[in-house]
Order: sequence, then C-alpha cells, then structure tokens
Amino acid sequence: MRRYDLPDERGHFGPYGGRFVAETLVQALDDLRNQYQRYAQDPEFQAELAHELKHYVGRPSPIYHAKRWSEHLGGAQIYLKREDLNHTGAHKINNTVGQALLARRMGKRRVIAETGAGQHGVASATVAARYGLECVVYMGAEDIKRQAPNVYRMKLLGASVVAVDSGSKTLKDAMNEAMRDWVTHVETTFYIIGTAAGPHPYPMMVRDFQAVIGQEARTQMIELAGRQPDVLIACVGGGSNAIGLFSPYLEDEAVRLIGVEAGGLGLESGKHAAPLSAGVPGVLHGNRTYLMQDDNGQIQETHSISAGLDYPGVGPEHSWLKDSGRATYVAVTDAEALQAFHDLCRLEGIIPALESSHALAYAVKLAPTLDKEQILLVNLSGRGDKDIPTVAGLSGLAL
Amino acid sequence: MSRISHVFEQLQQHGRRALIPFITSGDPDLATTLDLMHAMAQAGADLIELGVPFSDPMADGPTIQRSSERALAQGVGLRDVLAVVAEFRRKDGQTPVVLMGYLNPVERMGYDAFARAARQAGVDGVLTVDCPPEEAGPLTDALYAHAIDPIFLLSPTTPESRFPVVARLARGFIYYVSLKGVTGAATLDVADVRNRIHAMRGRVGLPIGVGFGIRDAQSAQAVARFADAVVVGSRIVQAIEEAPRGEAVDRVAALIREIRSAIDAGVGAQA
Repeated sequence: MRRYDLPDERGHFGPYGGRFVAETLVQALDDLRNQYQRYAQDPEFQAELAHELKHYVGRPSPIYHAKRWSEHLGGAQIYLKREDLNHTGAHKINNTVGQALLARRMGKRRVIAETGAGQHGVASATVAARYGLECVVYMGAEDIKRQAPNVYRMKLLGASVVAVDSGSKTLKDAMNEAMRDWVTHVETTFYIIGTAAGPHPYPMMVRDFQAVIGQEARTQMIELAGRQPDVLIACVGGGSNAIGLFSPYLEDEAVRLIGVEAGGLGLESGKHAAPLSAGVPGVLHGNRTYLMQDDNGQIQETHSISAGLDYPGVGPEHSWLKDSGRATYVAVTDAEALQAFHDLCRLEGIIPALESSHALAYAVKLAPTLDKEQILLVNLSGRGDKDIPTVAGLSGLAL
Repeated sequence: MSRISHVFEQLQQHGRRALIPFITSGDPDLATTLDLMHAMAQAGADLIELGVPFSDPMADGPTIQRSSERALAQGVGLRDVLAVVAEFRRKDGQTPVVLMGYLNPVERMGYDAFARAARQAGVDGVLTVDCPPEEAGPLTDALYAHAIDPIFLLSPTTPESRFPVVARLARGFIYYVSLKGVTGAATLDVADVRNRIHAMRGRVGLPIGVGFGIRDAQSAQAVARFADAVVVGSRIVQAIEEAPRGEAVDRVAALIREIRSAIDAGVGAQA
C-alpha cells in the first residue's frame, strides 16, 4: 500500500500547491498554519467541532441506495452520499463550521468569504451568525444576478454582500477581491476560503474539514452494503466535496476515484470550466495547479451551467492526483448534467444541485457498463432548490 | 555591476534619491507606453517600473486594475512588453527597467525562456508580487543566470526574522510595501515607515525603495528623506487614465518633474 501524507511542510502536493501570495500575507498564513496544526491535535477543539457537526449541521448525512435509478440505468448499484441534507443544503458548511471555530480561537471577530453560486457565502454567513462574527461576502456582479435568492439569504443572515465589478465579474474576481480585503485587514480578519484551493494551509485545511464525508462513508457503506464501493464519483469545481470524499479512500487503491468537471458546451467549444481535462498548470490565487489560461498566461473566462463549478482553477491536490494517476478526471456537458438533474427528480424524488448533477451525469455513463454487483458511490454535494429558477429559465419558464 | 546597482551607486555619491515611476504596459496603448518611458526618463525618473498586465491582479487597487484591463483589451501580453523594452533600449541605454507583475505569465513562458528574452530586450530587474522567496528559487536561478536582478518585497507584516530570507535572494534593491493593502490605497503613515526602514538598514544590504500609498509630491518628499527610492504608481496611472487623448505623455512628464523637484528639495533641505 502506498502511504499518503501530502502536502509537505510548505504545502506542496508534488509540483502543485504552495504559497504564492504577496509578502504582506506570508506571516498571516504562517500563523494560520501554526494555529490550525495546533487545533487539529486539540481534543477540545475536535470535540466542539464534532458536536457542532452533529447538532447544528445534522451529521452524519445518510447514504441512500438509489434503487429505482440504478434499475433504470441497468448496471451498477448507485449509492448517494446525501450532503444535500445538511443544514444550508450543501457540503460547504462542514468547512465553514471548522474555519469559524478556528477564527474564534484566533481572536478574529471579522470573517470574509468569496462565493460563486452563493452556497459558500450562505454557509459562511450562517456560521458568522451562529458564532457572532461580522461577515462580508464578495460575489461577482454577474453571479449576483444569477443567484438572487442566495444573495437575499446571506443578507437575512446578517452578512454584507459586496458586488465585484472587475474582470469577468464571477467567482475568480470575487476571490481576487476577498484577497485584497484580507491583505488590507489581515490583523483583524479571517478569510474563510470555500474550496480546497488557495495558498497553504487552505487546501489541506479545507480537505481535512471536508474529510468527514469520506470518513462517514467508510463506516456507512459497510453497514449498508457490507463492503466499500468500487468507484467514488464527485463533481470538481475547486474540488472540496470531491477531496472530502476521496481523501479517506486514497490509500485504499481498490477503490477507483473519478472527479467530474464542468464540460459546459463541450471541451472542443472552449466554453467550459474543466482545467484538469483541458488546461495547463500555472499559478493563480496562491497555488500552482491546472488552470484555464491562454498562451500569454492570462486566465480565461469559463462557462458552466453551474455557477459553483464556473472557476478556471482547481484545488492543487486534484492536480497531483491526476498526474499521479490515483484519480481520474472527466468532463460532462451542461446538457448531460441537466438531463441527470431531471432524472433524479423524476426517479428518486430528489432535486440535486446543478453542481452535483455533473457527478450524477457521469454515473449515468458509467453504471450501464458495469455489472449489477458493482457499487458506485456518488457525492450528492448539494440540493437544487437554488437552481430552480435557472432550470425553469432553460425550459422557457419565468418563475 | 548591474544597471540598477550602478544607478543607486551614482545617486548615493551625489546624495540623491531615486524616483521610480510605474506604468502599465499597453495603457492606453503600446506606442504611448514607449513615449511615456522616454518622457519619464527625461523628466527625472531614475528607474522605470513597467507593469505586465494580468487578468487577475490581486495585489492591485482599482486604478491599476483598470489600467491592466485596458491593456488586456488590446491583447497586450508579456512578449509585447519585452518588445517595448527592446524598442526603448534603442535610444536609452542607461535607465534601468524593472518588470512588475504576477507570476503566471512568466511561468507560462517558462522561467529560462523568459529570463533569456528579458535580458535580450534589456530588462534589468523583475518583481513578481505573488512569488515570495520560499517559492522563488527556480525563478531567481533563471534570472541570475541571465544577469537580471530579482526584486523582492518587504511589508509592514514581515517579521524581522524574515529579512535575511528575503535579502538572500534579492538583488538591485528592496521594495518596501509601505502599507497593509493594495496599490493606491490609503495614504501611508510616514513615521511608521521610517521606523521600519530603520530596522531594515544593515540587515538587507541593498538600497530600499518605498511604494504603495505615495499619492503626491508631498508624501514622496517625506519618504525620500529616509528611503533610497520612492515608487509612484497609481498616481501616475490615474493621470494617464484622466488625460484627454494625446495628452497623457505631457501630463505624466509634468507630474514626474513636480515629484522630482519635491524629492530633491526635501533631501537638499535635510542636508
């Protein structure tokens, strides 16, 4: 069995990860790493986190055997890890609870976050309310238009939502602006990054907070099916839900790991958000990783039906898992994701998030090629209530 | 000795301070960039910092972000910036040019290919703001090999224990970021900056320039009393943005002359 103990001391996953930030942030990241490492070993912190995850978030999230859908596809058995049933409706809160508890212990009374679809913004605003912290969420002006219900939700929770008008006015620009805020208020402010990307220690820390998904799955699959799955499938934008599921399985090489990127209108169209499938390595937002970029090294605009996957980079650990061959990355199109969205609604009575629908869409392709004894575990990372206006719009309906 | 070190040595011999203006290449267009470089050198700039436009300028405030967007809208990339420097060198063999930008365009070109091309174009120094010393080894190796000075930042949050880490890799001069924030942010606290510069002296062994937050001739003058160089960026970029078509070069030259005489008067009065 291969041992797996990345990242190294400086946050590198092979050539990926690291800490590519302006000098002003270096000390803050050192502090964060030291404090995180301390509390990761602290039984009192871990006990509080476990308590919050159980009583506030509602963990453990169940695993559900989607029998009708499996029969319909006529191959492998599909199980769903129900992160959609968490408080606030997605896996994002696993991480924001962890980071907010850390912020409190570090004496930071103000938290900031970036958000694309609004799920991480809502999860950040939620924990800020819960723990009495001031919260500012940066969101691209384009995304604010696309995700009006989540914007209002954040405001209800007491957060300020700041529209970002620079660049492509989407998630990457929101992250730029959050970084600018952080560099200006670094001594009083905790930056809650929402995905397993950014400068060290974020990719490691977010992975660890999300690893509860895979840890629960390991126990639950034994209870439910008597064994571990053959294949794990998760969508990958920045990749936090995927790394959370994959991480406890990395050394279990019998389990195949498949990450599903947003193929948008198709990889050949150039209009997608699939850096692992069609990008090249580079440096953005504090880490080296696969990026969508042009020949001049400028970051390209991305396209996805799902705002949460609409990001030109990806967490550095996924870049490493791709190169090392431990995980495989594929892309599905907007249309395929949308079809899977509708199938799950009709056959299982579950409305999935458009992000998670990408993982479901790949299960649709893979399941029929496997026999009925095989088991696929798909991470249903979020629920689709937020996407109802988008889906209705695509059907020509205005709600 | 590098062109940058030579300029600082000359200035020191004459008891003067360096004025380092920053402009973004390709703002408003590449031809104007070339004219601006010559005009700034003539108006009293000792070194020129040339911004390489990047799609995601995380360390920059709105003024320089907009200038980057204007340049990118015309498709200006790193190779175009090098071409402007080469053109500048046809007439000016003395004024050092430092490229300032983000790591990814350099990484995309390849460190060695970049360093070679930059040297050939006549670039003297390179500052990549999102590449701290801990990650900079391969880049600095490529730059040293082609006799280009890697410029590094120190900031108000840098603990003194890190000074040697930065100084070990840095060449040419140290760029002290005078405030916590992005370029063009609030006005700096002069007394605070003076104390920090004082703490750095003798520990970094290079001239120290101060930038971020120098908004006018007055703050440039105050900083020049204790720093070896004053970097003015957003204020100049703002002048370019506000200038009617065709007037940017004259306006920037006038601004440089104003800041130059304020610096010289301040230092002279001190002596």
